[in-house]
Amino acid sequence: MSYQIPKFRHPDLPVNELGYTKADYEGAISTLCAGCGHDSISGAIVKACHELSLEPHKIAKLSGIGCSSKSPAYFLRNSHGFNSVHGRMPSVVTGAAMANRDLLYLGISGDGDTASIGMGQFAHVVRRALNMVYIVMNNGCYGLTKGQDSATSDRGSASKKGDPNLFNSIDLCSMALQLGATFVARSFSGDKEQLVPLIKAAMTHRGFALIDVVSPCVTFNNNPGSTKSYKYVREHAEASGTIDFVPIMQEITTSYHAGTTQEVTMHDGSVIHLHKVSESPDPFDRRSAMVALEDHRADGSILTGLIYMDKNSRDLHDMLETSQRPLNELEEVDLCPGNRMLENINASLR
Amino acid sequence: MKRIESVNDFVIKFANVNGTGSASANSLFAKALFRMGLPVCPKNIFPSNIQGLPTWYEVRVSEKGYLGRRGGVDIALSVNPQSMAQDIQDVEPGGYFIFDNTKPLDLRLLRDDVNIIGLPLTRICNEQYQDPRQRQLFKNVIYVGALAALLDMDFKVLTGLVADQFKGKEKLVLPNIHALEIGHQYAKENFDCPLGIRVQASNKVGDKILLDGNTALGLGAIYGGATVVAWYPITPSTSVVDAFEKYAKRVRIDPGTGRRNYAIVQAEDELSAVGMVIGASWNGARSFTATSGPGLSLMSEFLGLAYFAEIPTVLFDVQRAGPSTGMPTRTQQSDVLSAAYASHGDTKHVLLFPSTPKECFDFGALAFDLAERLQTPIILMTDLDLGMNDNMSDPLVWDDEREYDRGKVLTAEDLDNMERFGRYQDVDGDAIPYRTYPGTHPHKGAFFTRGSSRDVFATYTEKGEEYEDNMLRLMAKWETIKEHVPGPEIIACGVDTDDAVLYFGTSEESSREAVDYLAEDGIHFDAMRVKAFPFNKEVEDFIGRHQRVFVIEQNRDAQLRTLLMAEFELGPDKLKSVLCFDGTPISARNIRKQILQVVSGGNVMPLHREHSASGAGE
Repeated sequence: MSYQIPKFRHPDLPVNELGYTKADYEGAISTLCAGCGHDSISGAIVKACHELSLEPHKIAKLSGIGCSSKSPAYFLRNSHGFNSVHGRMPSVVTGAAMANRDLLYLGISGDGDTASIGMGQFAHVVRRALNMVYIVMNNGCYGLTKGQDSATSDRGSASKKGDPNLFNSIDLCSMALQLGATFVARSFSGDKEQLVPLIKAAMTHRGFALIDVVSPCVTFNNNPGSTKSYKYVREHAEASGTIDFVPIMQEITTSYHAGTTQEVTMHDGSVIHLHKVSESPDPFDRRSAMVALEDHRADGSILTGLIYMDKNSRDLHDMLETSQRPLNELEEVDLCPGNRMLENINASLR
Repeated sequence: MKRIESVNDFVIKFANVNGTGSASANSLFAKALFRMGLPVCPKNIFPSNIQGLPTWYEVRVSEKGYLGRRGGVDIALSVNPQSMAQDIQDVEPGGYFIFDNTKPLDLRLLRDDVNIIGLPLTRICNEQYQDPRQRQLFKNVIYVGALAALLDMDFKVLTGLVADQFKGKEKLVLPNIHALEIGHQYAKENFDCPLGIRVQASNKVGDKILLDGNTALGLGAIYGGATVVAWYPITPSTSVVDAFEKYAKRVRIDPGTGRRNYAIVQAEDELSAVGMVIGASWNGARSFTATSGPGLSLMSEFLGLAYFAEIPTVLFDVQRAGPSTGMPTRTQQSDVLSAAYASHGDTKHVLLFPSTPKECFDFGALAFDLAERLQTPIILMTDLDLGMNDNMSDPLVWDDEREYDRGKVLTAEDLDNMERFGRYQDVDGDAIPYRTYPGTHPHKGAFFTRGSSRDVFATYTEKGEEYEDNMLRLMAKWETIKEHVPGPEIIACGVDTDDAVLYFGTSEESSREAVDYLAEDGIHFDAMRVKAFPFNKEVEDFIGRHQRVFVIEQNRDAQLRTLLMAEFELGPDKLKSVLCFDGTPISARNIRKQILQVVSGGNVMPLHREHSASGAGE
């Protein structure tokens, strides 16, 4: 844990298309515990945004309450952020996204914030197909209140406090699939190779994109007996396949063995390369994805990678047929019908 | 037997079964009187149910223009056997009881001081119509036709209204007019028309309109430029969003693209609804939600965040009797305290109190200017009586030169021209800081929004002095707010008096009528209608000028009085309470009676008057 971000940057740090270095996507110094999985996820977000050459100020980062929800302070300092109410980030993002469809909305939440207090809002933001990236930093416990079990903690898993959890866990990926999410992925904070391309793909997806990232809590839930520890996750994670993200207009330079790679063009024209391992489930078939999740759950392993994607997704703005111009840019002339119409209304009320 | 004799001055109460189409027939009756130039005040007293329970519709006609509830019933029209026993009891001595006499009246219900009029409505319908639904619907229209004869209404006005009402569905016009004629003819042939109570055309309506407050609010939000609406259905606020949507479909469709210049999201609950409003407002759109008491409770946590984080938030609270499993279809003014101090921590919220549909429209639009100028929640407090009943109102007017006040928002250029942006810094000395919308500038003006734990630059800190400084600035902002919210309306009685009445919202009409009665009793009151919280200086001065102020409100706990005492640090002796909390709108007779109970011990001898016989709670 350090107390200052070093000002020094290597002069030859690579710049992206906008001329920004990775440092331009960073935030304040993290105050999370040293080794916290959440910091790795923040790092992956920084890397993904840099590689996608996103304008930081065109991203809005919103969160609820908890260790996860503090994280947006630690990346994208030039983005507006909103640390809202426990479990209520989805509603705030919904309003924000309705107001301005042109920004990229990044919601950061935790397992307590999403699977317990925020379960209702999570379910409904999924079914509304809000165009956003929803990242759950999932450590199976309440870190900020010192380690109580959360609703994603597996039954029988024991945190540092000792007693095994008595209750069934909630699988957010299964839930999201059931509720109609059009992009569902799971990853591990310790696997940046996998996580960064998933974030990039999610950011390019139109509609609701969930990434459930298992992110060990080093202080309260990284002990033997926990199914959310670094060790356990490393030993039990099984990737559905790997994905490589090729941003729009960029030449594809990597070649893969024929027959194992599938190319998917996203809404903005960028391309995903999906490399399937043998007998991995079909991520474009919702039923197959649900079965795969259940199969892995049954044998105690954690399915990671892209679990499901709908290539023809729509988002809430499409469904509501809202103006292409962001609603927050409309002015009196667009909004106010004027006194003549009121005179007609008055006449009809006499 | 004594008969009440009056022209253009009476109260009629319809007793129906809900879900039988009675409300539209009854409003046809009210609107016909309105078109005859008579001030009317219709009030629908209905159950929380779709079909089968008793429902009442009270119409007051007053040539003098009294638009509140008077109290008492001169004519009861009962087609509901379930409530008949009570309905006949409610009639004033000398009044009229009109009922469906297809089945004879239970002799035990008979009163010898009431004029009984039987209309064989069911029998007529059974003879005229085959279809059961028609039998039910036209029964209502037939009694309106009969009333037209009994009260000497202009029959042409009724038929004209029917034609207007069914414009576009012309084949419904003739059957309805036919039903009116059946009733009209039956009454003419069987009774000595008109009754002692009758109407005659007048000209007391002027350019007024008949409109419910919720529709006016929805229109106010359209004109005020709201684009993002988030809500959860709850009686009696639902029709606010219905009205917004109805007019948005007309005027907010982009002519070029056919796409919508608005978004309505039906949320999963009220917590989510207000969260969406906060998110949209944070992002620079004008946004609102509409709810009632239970929803307000659910929104409390978020309202605190909006107060601390200084996010414009517009909330329309259409009040009703509490609690959640309370009487959702009955009116009250009982969310005053829970709205004023909603949420945890030190919070205070701006409240607006409209009392007419025109004010619903005006304050509805104003709420967005105030929210953005003051960067805080604005809670507009209306109620079921104003929101769901057709109220006579001044016409709606919009100044086409008017520009929205979008408050202190920095552009990219502003940010380039300034040294350092401090989101929570008081730059202008009015304690209102500047804000930026997300996406404004590539590397200036971004900040991390949170409730507290930050300094004036929105940088994280848990220092006590930073917290305290911020809270003191918010108090200073509270003082600024007093200069922006609408001031009170003061009506001096013209006589030197130490007594005053103070009221707000829908207590206005009955209060003013009661003040007139009391003046006839020889007791004179200055009057003030409060339109907003925080209270401006004028409110304080008015109270200061009087020895005794009667605070009239529709709740049990004298909530506005509590607010006045807390804000002005007044002792309990000065403010007296006049209360009504039975779920019906407060009546003028009730107010007069409660004030006389306090004042009669003083140096004024009340004159005996006919209407003093009626009790409280009417």
